[in-house]
Amino acid sequence: MKRFLLAALLCSAVLSAAAQDVRIRVPYTRVVLPNGLNVILHQDRSTPTVAVNIYYLVGSGREKPGRTGFAHLFEHIMFEGSKNVPEGMFDRWLEAAGGNNNGSTNTDRTNYYETVPSNALDLALFLESDRMGFLLDAMSPAKVDGQRDVVKNERRQSYENRPYGMAYLTLFEQLYPKGHPYSWPTIGSMADLTAASYDDVVNFFKDWYVPNNAVLAIAGDIDIEQTKKAAEKWFGEIPRGRNIPPIDPVAAYLESEKRLVMEDNVQLPRLYMTWHAPGVFTGMDATNDIMASVLAGGKNSRLYKRLVYDLQVAQDVSAYNYSMRLGSIFIIEVTARSGHTLQEIEKLVQEEIDRIKRENPTEREVQRAVNQYEASFLARLESVENKADQFNNYFQFTGNPDFFNEDLFRYKAVDADDITAAAKTFLHNDKRVVLSIVPKGKKDLAATYTQEVTKQ
Amino acid sequence: MKRIRSTVALVCLVYLVCSYWSFGVAQTVDRSKPPELGPPPSLTLPAIQHLKLSNGLKVVLMEKHQVPLVQVNLLVNAGTAMDPAGQRGLASMTAAMMQEGAGSRDALAFADAADFLGANISVNAGMHTTTVSLFTPLSKLDSALALFADAALRPKFPAEELERNRAERLTTLLQWHDEPRVVGSTLFNDVLFGKNHPYGPPTMGDEKTIRGFNVAELKKFHSTYFHPNNATLIVVGDVTAKALLPKLNALFGKWKTGKVASSTWPSARQVESRKIYLVDKPGAAQSVIRIGRIGVARTTEDYYPIVVMNTILGGSFTSRLNNNLREEHGYSYGAGSRFSFLPMPGSFIASSDVQTDVTDKALTEFMKELTNISTITEDELTRAKNYVALSYPSDFQSVGDIAGRLADLVIYNLPDNYFNNYTKNILAVTKDDVVRVAKKYVDPEKIAIVVVGDMSKVEEGIRALRLGPIEKLTIEEVLGSKPVLGKM
Repeated sequence: MKRFLLAALLCSAVLSAAAQDVRIRVPYTRVVLPNGLNVILHQDRSTPTVAVNIYYLVGSGREKPGRTGFAHLFEHIMFEGSKNVPEGMFDRWLEAAGGNNNGSTNTDRTNYYETVPSNALDLALFLESDRMGFLLDAMSPAKVDGQRDVVKNERRQSYENRPYGMAYLTLFEQLYPKGHPYSWPTIGSMADLTAASYDDVVNFFKDWYVPNNAVLAIAGDIDIEQTKKAAEKWFGEIPRGRNIPPIDPVAAYLESEKRLVMEDNVQLPRLYMTWHAPGVFTGMDATNDIMASVLAGGKNSRLYKRLVYDLQVAQDVSAYNYSMRLGSIFIIEVTARSGHTLQEIEKLVQEEIDRIKRENPTEREVQRAVNQYEASFLARLESVENKADQFNNYFQFTGNPDFFNEDLFRYKAVDADDITAAAKTFLHNDKRVVLSIVPKGKKDLAATYTQEVTKQ
Repeated sequence: MKRIRSTVALVCLVYLVCSYWSFGVAQTVDRSKPPELGPPPSLTLPAIQHLKLSNGLKVVLMEKHQVPLVQVNLLVNAGTAMDPAGQRGLASMTAAMMQEGAGSRDALAFADAADFLGANISVNAGMHTTTVSLFTPLSKLDSALALFADAALRPKFPAEELERNRAERLTTLLQWHDEPRVVGSTLFNDVLFGKNHPYGPPTMGDEKTIRGFNVAELKKFHSTYFHPNNATLIVVGDVTAKALLPKLNALFGKWKTGKVASSTWPSARQVESRKIYLVDKPGAAQSVIRIGRIGVARTTEDYYPIVVMNTILGGSFTSRLNNNLREEHGYSYGAGSRFSFLPMPGSFIASSDVQTDVTDKALTEFMKELTNISTITEDELTRAKNYVALSYPSDFQSVGDIAGRLADLVIYNLPDNYFNNYTKNILAVTKDDVVRVAKKYVDPEKIAIVVVGDMSKVEEGIRALRLGPIEKLTIEEVLGSKPVLGKM
C-alpha cells in the first residue's frame, strides 16, 4: 500500500430480492482504445461520487531475483510526479478536489485508485494518464531514493516491528522453489530495496507500464458516452508498448514436508500450516474458500469450536485460501494459549484435517459457509470503489468484467462431496510447510521441526 | 500459460466486435495545467425518517434501495464510561457476553443461526454508547431481526461463557506486551486522563478487574441501561417504514421502559508542561511516537475549524506531518494527527512509527510542525476545506457507513440538516478560525510525548534534545505484569 492507512474496500447493481435466486447484474460498457488500453465503465448515481481504478498487470511475480520488491517500490514512485504534474501535486490536486487515492501491489498486479466527487473525474483521468504517458520525463534518482526509505519503513512497520511479522516472508520462500515468481515477498528484501537502481525504474516503466498492459475501470456518477470520450482524450495519445509475454514460471510443488521453527519477540507460540492450492478462478479454488470457512469461519467451524471454544487450548485460529494467478496457498494458523505447546495444537489440527478428508461435512455446515459468503459478496456491491476494483479483478483473470454471477455461482455450487475431495486432493500430510513461531528461547514449545530459520 | 493466451484471444475478438466506437484522430490534449473542475455536486440523501414504536422507542430510518441489504443498529446510552468504580471493563465484557447466547439459544446455536442466515450480529461497547448491530441480506431480515432482538433484550450470560471470555481477555492482555503500538496508546491515554477518568485506562479492563467479574454484575449492567427510553434504533437499507414498523413493534414494542440515572464524570486535568515518557522495547526496528494533550468535546463550537486545522496538520496524506516525516525525510511510512471527538474532551494526538536511528530527529520535526501550525497559507486552507467538504458524499455509500453517521446525529443531538449543511459549514471556516484553534488546542509547550522503542539506541539522542523531564517505564509498568492463565 502506498498509504499507511489502508483504504476501505467497496449503483445500479440491479438485484431482484424477491427472486429466490438473486441474479446480479452490474451493467458495464467496455471499450478498447487503439493503444490496447481496456476501459470499463459503469454508471451508479446513488452518490455524486466516481471511482477510478487502474490495474497494471504486473506484480512482484514479474520481478527478477536480486531486484525483489521492485513492483511495489515502483508503485510508490508513481506518486512522485510526471511531466505535467510536479512532485507532490498528484496528491495535492486530488485532495483539493475532494478526492482520495491510493495504490496497492500484489504478486500479480499493481493497482491505483481514486475516489472523487463526480466533477473531478477529468482531473483523476488527467493525473492517471499523465503518469502512464509521461512519468519518466520527471523522474530522478533523488525521488527513487526518497521512496526507497519510505518503503523500508513500510517493511519495518508491517513486518520487522510486528509480532509474527516475518511468518509469511518465510512461508513463501519455503513453499516455492528458488526462482519461482512467488518465492520472494511483494515487499522485497532490504538488500534488494537498497540495490534498486535508477535504470531499473526506467526499464520497469517501459516494460510494464504501457496501455496494452493496463485496465481502467470507472464506476459511479458518470455519463457513459462522455466518459468514453474523456478516457480516449486522456489516454488515447499514449503509445502502445511491447507485447507482454505470458508469465512462464517453474512449477510450484513440494517434494516433501518442510518443518521449521523461528524464534520471535512474542509471548505465545503460533503454528502455521500451508499447502499449495489451485490458482484463482481455477479448479477447486472456490471450494477451498468454503473449506476454509468450514474449518475456521465462526464459532461453529470445526477448528474454532474444538481448539478455541471446547478445549480452549488456542487463543485464535484462522484458515484461508490465498488466491493468486499461478497457484494459491491454503493456510491454517493457530495461536496457542499459554501452557500449551504447538505439538499439542498440531495433533488436534491434524485430527480435524483427517476427519474432513474422511467424511463429508454436513449440508448445514456447507450451506452456512456459502450463505455467509453470499452476504459478504452483496456487501461488496455497495460502493463504487469495490465495483470498479471487482471489474478489473474479474477482467484480469477471466476476460469478463461482469463475472459477478459466475463468481457467486462457483460458491453456491460447492457441496459436501467437493469439500472432502478438495481436502484429499490438497491437504497432503507429506507436502506442506509447517512453521512454528515461538518465544525466544522456547523452542520446546514448537511442533516437531527439522530446520531452524532466523528472523532477518 | 494457456489461460492467459485464451484470454488475450477473447479480448481481441471482443475488440473487433466492439469497434463500432469510432476513434477520431487523437485530439491535442492540453496538459499544461490540471483540467478545470465544474461546480462540485451536492449530496442529496434520502429523507431521515423519525418513527416511534408503541413503547416510545425512537426509530431513525433512512431508506436505501440499491442493494438488498439492511443495517439495524440499536444504540444504548451505556458505555465504558459507565463502568462502576473498580469494575473497569464491565461494559465491554457485558457487550461481549451478549453475543454468547440469547433467547432460547446457547452461544453455539445462536452463532449458527446467525451465520446460517449470512447475517452479522455483534455488540460493541463504545465510551458512552453500546451498539447492538445487525447486517443482513434483505431476504433474511425477519429471521435475522428476531435473533437481533434476542441478543439485545434477552442475552443469557451463561457462566461457562464468562470463564471462556475471561481467559480470552487475559490472553489478549498478555499479547499486548508484544505490540509496541498498544503499549504507546495505553501509556498515552493514562498520562492524559489518569486511572480514574473513563478515557484513561484500557476499556477492556485490567487483569484484576477481568478476573473479578461475575454473571450477576453483567446482568445488572444490562438491566440498568437497556431500556427503550435509553435507546434508539437506527435502520438503513432496502426497507420502507410501512413494512418495517410492524416487525419492529412485534419485536421491540413490549420492551419495558425503566428509570436510568444520568452519569457524571470527573474532568481530566489538562497537560500543563512538557514531559517525555520512554518505554524500552529491546530490538525494536521502529520507535512508536505518540504526542499530544487533551482536546475538546464533540459539541464544541470550534468543531469545523478544528477539523480543517487538523487536516492541514496531520489529517490527510498531504498534511504537514505526513509530508515532513514521510515524503521529505523518509523517516516513516506515515505520520498523522487526530482529535478524538467524544461527549467529553478526548485526546489530541500526533503520531508516527519511525525508524529507530532517527527517533530524535523525528521528534524535532514533530515539534517544528506543532509549533508552525499556527501559521497557515490561504492555499493550504482552501485545499484542506475542499478535501474535507467535497469528499464527504463518498462516506454515504454503504448501509453500515450511513448507520454510523446517523448515530452521530443521535448521540450529539445534531439537527437532521446536519449532513446537508456539513459542506457549507466546512467551507465557511476562515484562516483566522484555523489559527485561533491551532493556538488554543495545539500547544507544543504543554504536551506529553510517549516513545516506545529500543532505549539503548534512542535514549541518548532524545535526552540531548532537552525537550523536558524524562520518565522511563517498562512495558510491564505500562500494561501491568503479564497475566498467567490458569490462576483464576
